[in-house]
Amino acid sequence: MEIPKTFLGYKREDGRSGTRNHVIILPVDDISNACAEAVANNIKGTIALPHSYGRLQFGADLELHFRTMIGTGKNPNVAAVIVIGIEPKWTKRIVDAIAVTGKPVEGFSIEGVGDIDTIAKVSKKAQEFSMWASEKQREERPISDLWISVKCGESDTTSGLASNPTVGNLMDKLEPLGVHLCFGETSELTGAETVCEKRGKTPEAQEKFKKTWSAYNDFILKEATDDLSESQPTAGNIAGGLTTIEEKAFGNFQKIGSRQFIDVLEPAEEPSKGPGLYFMDTSSAAAECVTLQAAGGFNIHLFPTGQGNIIGNPIEPVVKLTANPLTAKTMSEHIDVDVSKILSRKMNLDEAGDELIKATLRVANGRLTCAEALGHKEFVMTKLYRSA
Amino acid sequence: MAGTDIIIHDEKDNVGVVVIEKITPKQDCDCWIMENDKSVKIQSMDEIPLGHKIAMTDLKEGDTILKYGHDIGKVVKNIKKGEHVHVHNVKTKKW
Repeated sequence: MEIPKTFLGYKREDGRSGTRNHVIILPVDDISNACAEAVANNIKGTIALPHSYGRLQFGADLELHFRTMIGTGKNPNVAAVIVIGIEPKWTKRIVDAIAVTGKPVEGFSIEGVGDIDTIAKVSKKAQEFSMWASEKQREERPISDLWISVKCGESDTTSGLASNPTVGNLMDKLEPLGVHLCFGETSELTGAETVCEKRGKTPEAQEKFKKTWSAYNDFILKEATDDLSESQPTAGNIAGGLTTIEEKAFGNFQKIGSRQFIDVLEPAEEPSKGPGLYFMDTSSAAAECVTLQAAGGFNIHLFPTGQGNIIGNPIEPVVKLTANPLTAKTMSEHIDVDVSKILSRKMNLDEAGDELIKATLRVANGRLTCAEALGHKEFVMTKLYRSA
Repeated sequence: MAGTDIIIHDEKDNVGVVVIEKITPKQDCDCWIMENDKSVKIQSMDEIPLGHKIAMTDLKEGDTILKYGHDIGKVVKNIKKGEHVHVHNVKTKKW
């Protein structure tokens, strides 16, 4: 298949391209959710991103909170941003960091004003942003402006057999065209960690992966209350035919095809080494992982599923594929791409990869994903430890 | 392209995965090696359900199981070509 050299995206002030054109109302903290949701309710064309944290966090956990907030605002799928916090200092820190992209961003704080007057004030600014953004047009943008993140969920044997390798096939075809790619799920690579480490393109990348995986593994072993051999693979995995944790991990690992990663990113960190594949240290919980990848700047997500995970994200469209014919049938409203024909050999990986590329481009060009049409917008912050 | 009963990921793999509802003992199965798009045949010894693995060759205790071209565990009980490969005869090397 001849892969198109362009897609229809929104050109942003910093030169990047969006596959979406959201105006977001971003609460800095849990107690500003009500205000943010009221504004989004008042002003059409805006979306609030409520979440549960942002007070009394400290150290690396607080830094991750800021990185996620700021990265979400900077994402090219976002046209303009309103930030609302209880107090001005943390609000301003987020506003200033988003402003470097050149996109419209404005912050408001509630202390000394109250919800009602804040909502009135913010609504006026949100209306201005929404109407301004509504005039943005899609234009031809180089395919290299696609930043594609991947993560699988509710995996079964069909994931490792077919849907994950389909994503790997897409990566093998798109990486040479200069796209950014990202995989994560640190804990799910356990069993394949030494092979994954060798996929680092440089000794530095390999060393960084080793450290990252070991730290996460040490944490899991420290917190685990029972022997992990009883839970990895799970009883459900075993019933489905998965025998060992290594087998499960290598199934997951199929998503990166034969690519090598050029760097290891902190959760929600923006890549800085140019086009290519990155590994991001993330939880394996779907919504947390995609939220972190979106905050890293990725503008379209591919999500292979076996038994049928239904996740979406408010700013990064999530394209779902499955090779499980039963899931494709019983949960069809959640499945964007059905590659179950691979199992009956009516489709090979090359054809499946092409189908996925076509679907990805349609979504990049504006077609709603199943998750978007169904209203899925899971925005879930990763928290590293208890607040003070 | 004709249907297939078993998928083998990588040419190096010594197991394949059943992709029909189940295979029965003495069934002549069509296998598809995904990596190079080749076909091979095997006769099954056991009943093996969808998603489960079949040995593509005789395997001895201590041998390594290769799937995706990678080490996914060790044989803990001798396995004959065509037999079911699972937790009763293969264990992780991890713990």
